[in-house]
Amino acid sequence: MAKKSSKDRLTNEINAGSMADIAFLLLIFFLVTTTIVQDKGITVKLPPWSEEEVDATKLKTRNVFSVLVNAQNQLLVRDEPANIEELKDRAKEFIMNPRGQEDLAEKPTKAIISLKNDRGTEYKTYLAVYNELKAAYNELWDEEAQRKYGTEYSDNMPTEQKRAIKGKIPFVLSEAEPTAFGDEK
Amino acid sequence: MSKFSKKRGKATPAISTASLPDIIFMLLFFFMVVTVLRDSSLMVKVNTPQASELTKLEEKSLVNYLYIGRPTDQYKEQYGTSPRLQLGDKFATVDDIPLFLEKHKIKVAENKRARITSSLKVDGDVTMGIVQDIKTQLRKSNQLKVNYSAKPKSE
Repeated sequence: MAKKSSKDRLTNEINAGSMADIAFLLLIFFLVTTTIVQDKGITVKLPPWSEEEVDATKLKTRNVFSVLVNAQNQLLVRDEPANIEELKDRAKEFIMNPRGQEDLAEKPTKAIISLKNDRGTEYKTYLAVYNELKAAYNELWDEEAQRKYGTEYSDNMPTEQKRAIKGKIPFVLSEAEPTAFGDEK
Repeated sequence: MSKFSKKRGKATPAISTASLPDIIFMLLFFFMVVTVLRDSSLMVKVNTPQASELTKLEEKSLVNYLYIGRPTDQYKEQYGTSPRLQLGDKFATVDDIPLFLEKHKIKVAENKRARITSSLKVDGDVTMGIVQDIKTQLRKSNQLKVNYSAKPKSE
């Protein structure tokens, strides 16, 4: 008797009708937990740590584009107050010096951007300033790529082309040790 | 006579649902692959600022996250309102960073270690003091690839 019933069972198939429901359940779980949003941000290469301070005094003043941000989030560009909106264009003009002015960089390879902030500066101001300076370089690289290769500057360009562009207009941004006038207690 | 009258009377054939599980499984696998489960719950408020010059972070396994912000309401009483650093799922100080980086490093294959990036998720309203301390510590630990996390600008 028992043998017979087990034989019967063999012929039975597992009901796969509920499979879809189980899969749906799992699907909904993963749908809810998934975050498709890509992590994006401004990539920065920090300089290696060294004990001694970099001496900026031996640089010619015309080659240094100094940007200071104080604890009230105000900007001082080349010793005069400035707005963040004009920062990008001024940086671009400084780097390329299209009219060969006396007080702007001799050539793009010699241009140095010096950024200094206070410990009380808000992070979003700092990042906005950094973003503008990076945008200036990105636009210059773009123009250079358009002129030379007829394409816009992108990360998937051939490495030697990228190197040629960056060799002509190197991104030099030095960050000085911040002042501590407006530090949070 | 008409084409439509012919059909009348015939039972509508049921659509076969036999392949439904397969379709669902396909979707399921897709979502399983793209899902990144959050491994740490945030104890600090992080609202990253907006920026336009963004680069995408590739390969999540090569990224370690440092959260900087003010403690959320839940932790305000215990930890105060001044900006704090969160590593993994607990509050940390600047001195804990080297160990944190090392712990992440040993999980990464040796030939990929040079590409490890630190993602700084910093709240926009935090002052630069703590950020600067962390940057200095990262430089001392020779972790020089840093990504300031930001949202794309919506204009």
